Amino acid sequence: MSPLHQGLWQHGSVRFGGVVLLAMLLVSLLAPWLGTVDPAAMDANQVNTALGSAGAFTLPDGRVVMHTFWLGTDSFGRDVYSRVLFGGRISLWVGIATAVLALGLGGLCGMLAGYFRQLDMLLMRFMDGLMAIPAVLLAIALVAALGANVATVVIAIAIPEVPRVTRLVRSLVLTLREEPYVEAARALATPTPVILWRHILPNAMAPLLVQGTFVAASAVLTEAILSFLGLGLPPDVPTWGNIMAEGRVQFSQQPGHVLFPAMFLVPTVLAINLLGDGLRDVLDPKFAKRVG
Amino acid sequence: MQTPVLDIEQLSVSLPAGADRSHALQDISLQLHAGQTLCVVGESGSGKSVLATTVMGLLVKELRVTQGSVRLQGESLLAVSPARYRALRGQAMGMVFQEPMTALNPVMCCGEQIDEVLQTHTNSTRVERRARVLAIMQAVRLPDPERIWQSYPHQLSGGQRQRIVIAMAMVMKPALLICDEPTTALDVTTQQEILQLIKTLQQDAGSAVLFITHDMGVVADIADQVLVMHQGHAVEMGQRDDVLLRPQAAYTQALLAAVPSMTPPPARALPDTPPLLRAIGLGKRYEHHWALQDAALRVLAGETVGIVGESGSGKSTLARCVLRLIDPTAGEIHWGEDNIATWPETRLRPLRHRVQVVFQDPNRSLNPRLRIGQALVEGARNFGQTAAQAERLARGLLTQMRLPDSAWDRYPSQFSGGQRQRIALARALACQPEVLVADEAVSALDVSVQAQILDLLCEVQARMGLGLLFITHDLRVAAQLCDQVIVMHQGRIVEHGLTSQVYAQPQQAYTRQLLASAPAWQRI
Repeated sequence: MSPLHQGLWQHGSVRFGGVVLLAMLLVSLLAPWLGTVDPAAMDANQVNTALGSAGAFTLPDGRVVMHTFWLGTDSFGRDVYSRVLFGGRISLWVGIATAVLALGLGGLCGMLAGYFRQLDMLLMRFMDGLMAIPAVLLAIALVAALGANVATVVIAIAIPEVPRVTRLVRSLVLTLREEPYVEAARALATPTPVILWRHILPNAMAPLLVQGTFVAASAVLTEAILSFLGLGLPPDVPTWGNIMAEGRVQFSQQPGHVLFPAMFLVPTVLAINLLGDGLRDVLDPKFAKRVG
Repeated sequence: MQTPVLDIEQLSVSLPAGADRSHALQDISLQLHAGQTLCVVGESGSGKSVLATTVMGLLVKELRVTQGSVRLQGESLLAVSPARYRALRGQAMGMVFQEPMTALNPVMCCGEQIDEVLQTHTNSTRVERRARVLAIMQAVRLPDPERIWQSYPHQLSGGQRQRIVIAMAMVMKPALLICDEPTTALDVTTQQEILQLIKTLQQDAGSAVLFITHDMGVVADIADQVLVMHQGHAVEMGQRDDVLLRPQAAYTQALLAAVPSMTPPPARALPDTPPLLRAIGLGKRYEHHWALQDAALRVLAGETVGIVGESGSGKSTLARCVLRLIDPTAGEIHWGEDNIATWPETRLRPLRHRVQVVFQDPNRSLNPRLRIGQALVEGARNFGQTAAQAERLARGLLTQMRLPDSAWDRYPSQFSGGQRQRIALARALACQPEVLVADEAVSALDVSVQAQILDLLCEVQARMGLGLLFITHDLRVAAQLCDQVIVMHQGRIVEHGLTSQVYAQPQQAYTRQLLASAPAWQRI
């Protein structure tokens, strides 16, 4: 193991965050093999069944299977356990895709603004304008305009994050472009795109990665908020937000329909944030322990 | 006999496991009496700063004192409580560090920072303290103390900031003053003034001074006794004149021999060839002030032209202009026949191999995320060589720079400062340049490493017929290396001529002052 890997593994919050996140990822990816049924299937005979009860469950294709409803069923007769596990796929996918998209767009804008001083004014004033609009409102407007599916939700959540990433990358590039090795590369006649790609981007990667985890964590939350408000993905798609929204009306009788997805959502967001904090500690030399 | 102010016996400090040696300090003993100055000299990593921080009680917790004793006026420092230590620092010992900007609080005005020392250590009233602060400001020769009181550190010059730090250290008239490279970040003329000041204050207060430095010239100026350190060991200790003029240890002799002499060698005869690099009437303006004005220079094949001057004199601006890393506001730059001063980057790019550069800071001159091999082939590839050609050339250069072949796949962080500077040199040479610009290329290196790099530069120059534009603040290096020397001051060229003539008969007052300020141990 290289010193960096060792440092990452020895850091408590990186280890905890990584393990929890990996578990979440595995559980949602392996959902079909973890005793689940079709999360969209409804059986009118199994409405609001109790936790852990077993019974016959009719699938949409007419087959009937014996199934244990570990977390009960909701008011439409859907298996909550299956919906929560499958919901994880959407949440994690939205988190990762949003982070990648926001980092990509923001990274590009930030590099352009930081390196080409003529573009800086134009790009950054546009970003300032974007930042003036509240993130959730902007996302709601975008989903309403573009129609609700996973891709538009990702775009809608990523766009408000772009200015923040742009600012970060711009400030990094402003310092990095003055580094002697960048000047040396210019003296070596290295074309500007290559300077940006080979000399500047790799050295801005560590803080960018950390920012990415925070974007991902907030994206998972925002997706849940949008779904909960009924402004995100359509209610038949199992997402943690949708499950909670559906369970909200009968919270006093069936609190589990809100609490079970929350018990997955909270550790996921916590794990991503802890991972980000830990990465920052390990990767940022300012936080690194000094040895005299 | 009176008790010494500082008495260190058999002191050893261990390094954490995994360091390159087991001890930062081993068996160091010394005695320092009131009114005496002890200079601790050594190269980086010799343990001289660890010695200072041990005395101050500021050792990082990874380092541990394993044996020995440190006594300040008879009181054992290794046993005192943190509270007592805090009282001793400031009262019985004052400290001056290398970089005054970081030693001062940027959001507190200077008068209050000195006042704070008095507030902590005395019960004086506000009025008494004010009088004492103004008096110490007078003593450190700060002009207009009332105004300086109100000034923030960034409003003062480097020399004035260091005077504030010295005032803070000396206001309590401590028995021991510890100076850790206090003049290294300063220009030579300022350095001279600060050294004088420390001497005067020491005489007035009768303090003992522990002075850490890497500069033999500074040692000659200020020391009574000298301790030479190497790899945590005391190599030699004795009276200044004995150590400098009659060094016993082989290491001390080597250290002294590596310091270049101020007397330039006789001028070389150079063949009369057309200049490779020429600048005429070059100027660079930022906002409302000219960083560089009316500069002219000429570099022939095989010739070394030195640009000397203090920080802010415009020498780096001149270098960056002739490299076209920044665009000049006025004047002409000729690379060979072509006047490239106003060429756009796309037209200039194919010619860039003609003029290459090596920068000062070995830590920042190489991309930390790029393997050495990748860095070395970059230039050659940009100028149209195939990957195989570029690699053959680069591997050849690696050998010439006396670096192992295994360096190819490693990252810059795995090399020492001197090795990194050789890699940066190889990277520049891989473009087969006609002119090499060395911008303070050896200034951040220890003298012995510096000597190696300079030898290497001369060797390469002789073989490739390279024109060398050598920018430095170090007059001794310039004396040994340069055929011509250009003296710069406040953005203008003050004097220009053959090195031997300029050093022997400086025409301008500024040049004379500059040459007189350079500390030189050969003078004693």
